[in-house]
Amino acid sequence: MSVHTPHPDLPPPANIVGVIGWSRSNLFSTPLNTALSLFALYLIYLIVPPMINWIFLDATWVGDTREACASGTGACWVFVKVRINQFMYGFFPEAEYWRINLAFGLLVVLAIPLFIKRFKHKGRLAAFILIFYPIITFQLFSGGNFGLTHVETSKWGGLSLTLILAGVGIVASLPLGIVLALGRRSKMPIVKSVCVVFIEFWRGVPLITVLFMSSVMLPLFLPEGTNFDKLLRAMIGIALFQSAYMAEVIRGGLAAIPKGQYEAAEALGLSFWKSMGLIILPQALKLVIPGIVNTFIALFKDTTLVLIIGLFDLLAIIQQAFADPDWLGYSIEGYVFAASIFWIFCFSMSRYSMSLEKKLNTGHAR
Amino acid sequence: MKKIHVIASAVALTATLSTNAFAGATLDAVKKKGFVQCGVSIGLPGFSNADEKGNWSGLDVDVCRAVAAALFADANMVKYTPLTAKERFTALQSGEIDMLSRNTTWTLTRDSSLGLNFAGVNYYDGQGFMVTKKLGVKSALELDGASFCIQAGTTTELNLADYFRSNNMKYTPVTFDTSDETVKAFDAGRCDALTSDQSQLYALRIKLGNPDGATVLPEVISKEPLGPVTAQGDDEWYKIVRWSLFAMVNAEEMGITSGNVDAKMSSDDPNVRRLLGQEGIKGSGLGLADGWAANIIKQVGNYGESFERNVGQGSSLKIARGQNALWNKGGLQYAPPIR
Repeated sequence: MSVHTPHPDLPPPANIVGVIGWSRSNLFSTPLNTALSLFALYLIYLIVPPMINWIFLDATWVGDTREACASGTGACWVFVKVRINQFMYGFFPEAEYWRINLAFGLLVVLAIPLFIKRFKHKGRLAAFILIFYPIITFQLFSGGNFGLTHVETSKWGGLSLTLILAGVGIVASLPLGIVLALGRRSKMPIVKSVCVVFIEFWRGVPLITVLFMSSVMLPLFLPEGTNFDKLLRAMIGIALFQSAYMAEVIRGGLAAIPKGQYEAAEALGLSFWKSMGLIILPQALKLVIPGIVNTFIALFKDTTLVLIIGLFDLLAIIQQAFADPDWLGYSIEGYVFAASIFWIFCFSMSRYSMSLEKKLNTGHAR
Repeated sequence: MKKIHVIASAVALTATLSTNAFAGATLDAVKKKGFVQCGVSIGLPGFSNADEKGNWSGLDVDVCRAVAAALFADANMVKYTPLTAKERFTALQSGEIDMLSRNTTWTLTRDSSLGLNFAGVNYYDGQGFMVTKKLGVKSALELDGASFCIQAGTTTELNLADYFRSNNMKYTPVTFDTSDETVKAFDAGRCDALTSDQSQLYALRIKLGNPDGATVLPEVISKEPLGPVTAQGDDEWYKIVRWSLFAMVNAEEMGITSGNVDAKMSSDDPNVRRLLGQEGIKGSGLGLADGWAANIIKQVGNYGESFERNVGQGSSLKIARGQNALWNKGGLQYAPPIR
C-alpha cells in the first residue's frame, strides 16, 4: 500500500514575507504611502546622522577645561563632566556626599523586597518606608544629630533635590488625594463642600503662582524673625497642589465602580472605611493607575518650576552653571543632559506603571 | 487673634514698607549669628556665579565678602541666598537677607517706594553696542544705516530708537524673541551690530563662534547704575555696607592692593594711614574694629583688583574699565575721603 505523502508546502513567495513583504504591505502599499515613506526616510537621514555625530562621534569627552573643547565640532561633554557632582548633589558639602548616597541606596535596598513575589511582609515594609524612611532621609540630609554636621536646605540641590521634591509630592499627594476624593463624594455637606472648595481652589491656580506666593508673599505675613524654610514652603505648596489633581483622578476611579459593589459592601455590613478599604478602593485605584502615574510624571517635571524661587533643582543647577564665565556658551549640552535624565526617570515610571497594570489585571480591562 | 495679626502685618507691610521697624537691629543680629546673609543672583557671569565646588564669586559677591571682612575680619563669613529678580526685594523687606548685591539698577522708583536704600554703585552699566571687527567701526556714531539684532519689546529697543533719532541716523532692526536667538543671528552675520547692556555684551561675546572677531564700542547710551541694597530704616547697617564699598574704591585710588597692604601699614601718607585705621576716626564711626578697611583690602582686594579678577582682564569676560575706571582716570568710580 502506497502511503500518500503530501507534497511539502512551498515557502510563501519571497515578496510577501520578511522585510520585503513587511515593507511592501506597510510602507509602499500605495503611491501616497510610498511618497510619505520616502519623505520620512529623507527626514531621518537629515536629522539622525548629524545628531549622532554631534552627541557621540564629534563630541569631546576628555579634558577638564574649556580649552579641551575648543577644537571639537560636536558636543562638549567636558562641561557636564566637570560639574557632574554639582548636578547630582547641588551645593552639598563634598565630604558629606555619602549621606545622600546612603539615603538613596537605602531606599533601593528597602524597595527590592517589595518586588519579590514570595516576600510576605510587604505591607509592613511599605509602611516602614512611608513612615520611617522619610525621617531617616531627613536626618541624613539635614544632619545636626548623631554627629552629622548640619547642612542647610539652601545647600541641597541638583538631582537629589528634584528627587526629594518629587518624592515628597508623590508620597503626600496620594493619601491626601484619596481622602479628598472620598470627601468630595461624601453625603455630609460640610465635608463635601470643604473638599470641593479645596480641590477647585488648588486646581484653579497655576503651580508657579503657588510657589511664588509661598516664597514671596508668605514671608511678609509671618512675624519678623520667623524664618520658615523656603524648601519646606515649596514642598507644602507642591503637595497641596498635586493632591487636588490626584483627588480628581481617584474620583474618576471611584465613579467607575458599579453601584452594585457599594451596595454589596453595605449588604455585608461593612463600615464605611472597611467597605472603602476592602472593596471599593482596591478596584478604583487599580483602574486609575495610568492616571495616577500620569500625574506623578507631570509632578516630576513640574518640580523644575522651583527655579523661579531660587531653589536649585536639576534644571536650575545646570542653568546656574551656564553663568560660569569659564563655561559660557555650552547651554545646549546642559539642556540635553537635563532632558536625558528627566526622560530616563519619566520613562521608567511609565514602564513601571504598565507592568503594575499587567500584574494587577484581573480581566476587567477591555 | 493670629488672623488679625496676619492681616494687620500684611496691611502694614504693603501700605508702608518704609516703616522704621528694624533700626539698628541688623548689625547686632548679624554679629550674633556670625555671618552676613547676602542675596545674590542665581547666576550672572562675572557678577555672581558658583564654580563647580559651589563657591560663589563675582563682582557682586565681592561686596558681600567685603562687608563680612569689615565685620568679622573674615571675608568667608557670608551665606548666600540666590534670588530671582522678582524675589529680591521681598527677601530684603522680610529680613530673610541682610543685604542684596544682585546687579540691581538704582532708580528713583525703587529707592523711594520699595523701602530700600541703595548703598552705592559697584558697577556702572549701560546699553552699548557690539560690532564685528571687520566692519571697521570705532564709534557708534559711524553706525548710520547699519542693521541691528535686537530683542523685541525691551527697553533696549526703545533706547536704540531714541539714540538714532537724536543723532539723525538710520538703522534697520532685525528683531528676535530671546537673547540667545539674537546672538545666533549676529554670529551668522544677519546683522551688523548687537545692542544690550554692556555687561551682557561681553558675556554674549564669549558665546560667539569667534569671540575675537567682535568688539564692544565705547559708547554707552543709557544709565544702569548697579549697586548693593539694604533695607530702609537701619542707617547703621546701611553705612557699613556703603563704606565697605567706598573703602575698596579708596584703596584703589591710593594704590593699596591685597598684596601690599601689610607694607602700606607703615606708610607715612596720612590718607593711607587713615584708611588702614592707623590714625583719625578709625573704625569707631561705623562701630567696627580699627582694621576694618585693611581687612577688606587684604581679603577681597581693592575695587580695581576685584574688577579685573571677576569681569576684567583676569577673567574670560575681559570687560574694559570704561565708566568703571576711577574718577581721576576718566571713569565714574569716586568715593568720599576717609578722614
